[in-house]
Amino acid sequence: MINFTVEDQEGNRQEHEAPEDMGLSLMEILKAYEYPILATCGGMALCATCHVEILEGKDGLGDATDVELDQLENLPEFYPTSRLACQIRIGENLEGAVIKLRGEDQ
Amino acid sequence: MIHTDLCIIGAGPVGLFAVFEAGLLKMRCHLIDALPQIGGQLSEIYPQKPIYDIPGYPEVKAQDLVDNLMEQAKPFKPTFTLGERVDHLDKQADGSFIVTTSDKTHVHAQVIIIAGGLGCFEPRKPALENLENFEGKGITYMVKDPETFRDKKVVIAGGGDSALDWAIYLSKVSERVTLVHRNETFRGAPDSAAKVFDLANQGKIDLILSANLKGVNGNGKLNSVTLEGKTKEEIKLEADYLIPLFGLSPKLGPIADWGLSIDKNAIEVDTRDYSTGVERIYAIGDINTYPGKLKLILCGFHEAAIMMHSAFKYVYPDQKLSFKYTTVNGVNAF
Repeated sequence: MINFTVEDQEGNRQEHEAPEDMGLSLMEILKAYEYPILATCGGMALCATCHVEILEGKDGLGDATDVELDQLENLPEFYPTSRLACQIRIGENLEGAVIKLRGEDQ
Repeated sequence: MIHTDLCIIGAGPVGLFAVFEAGLLKMRCHLIDALPQIGGQLSEIYPQKPIYDIPGYPEVKAQDLVDNLMEQAKPFKPTFTLGERVDHLDKQADGSFIVTTSDKTHVHAQVIIIAGGLGCFEPRKPALENLENFEGKGITYMVKDPETFRDKKVVIAGGGDSALDWAIYLSKVSERVTLVHRNETFRGAPDSAAKVFDLANQGKIDLILSANLKGVNGNGKLNSVTLEGKTKEEIKLEADYLIPLFGLSPKLGPIADWGLSIDKNAIEVDTRDYSTGVERIYAIGDINTYPGKLKLILCGFHEAAIMMHSAFKYVYPDQKLSFKYTTVNGVNAF
């Protein structure tokens, strides 16, 4: 299990754990914890509704890929630490990260 | 007023297949979708992606599935209202409904079927103070009639294909077009990006790069837009129109106001016939929820078939439903 922190749209922080050996994405874990993210396209990096900002621990996660940037750069809000949660695999590199939800809340 | 047996809200794969299932029971359908084309998220978000879990198709491209569903529905002559959002459902004394869209199209139907997927695709809006005050008074999120912008000062914000395409198009129509983009380069189609840079070099459009929208100003009507430039400096642009083009995102929208039982943005239904708590309103596909729900196209197809047999009694109250296989006499016999 790895541990990370999620900050919701209202700024409340909560620590969570997730298994790193099941091939899950951060989007799937956020959905499992019932955070209000849409993830419309189901993880194809096509809708940007799982937009998150990596407040801490960005370096371990690497840079956003081209397909992610295609989506992220078209959003009204985009930050240097923006990522699509569906493109982040749950792994040791997420240990200790702080993730802020940016995907549109309904 | 359009008159139909069934009004289907949402022209995605499940809405289209519902036309077929309705046709087998001699019920005619009118479909309404907020998007300007049929196909729902398949056509809007991932038209070229292969889908692997449609029975009978080891692999099918999303747009091909939509095209095939349309072909399959054709014998039953569905009619469409596209590019309009359903705003109101009004129950009539005889139990039927009158549906009113955002463009005031009226549809009279015996039964309403909500096949709205994730809701309506609506434009993403920038987080700016007073934005709502200028919507329809200078701020618009889509170009419906380019003539609106003739000889006007127009600011377009965004860096995707639609921002590039409209900047190019409106440069021939408007007095002045300014394209504002947060980066130095565009990720949209390279041809369009090259054309935009060309037009900027020729002085035919103003290109402001590494800049973000910061504010909208005016007195009852938009008259200027404030930007934050590369070095955080403030730039004020005179503008008759601002067109923010940041893509579309699904929202439940007015569906939430129709007196239906909603759980986590989905409509609760009875799995015996996918009816909602309101008589004559059904919900099928991704928009509904029930214990064990799976958001799969194939589950939506199943739901469409079941619900049509329940809706039959409202369209033909004096007839007994007779179930026939399509293999007996072919589709045209229905």
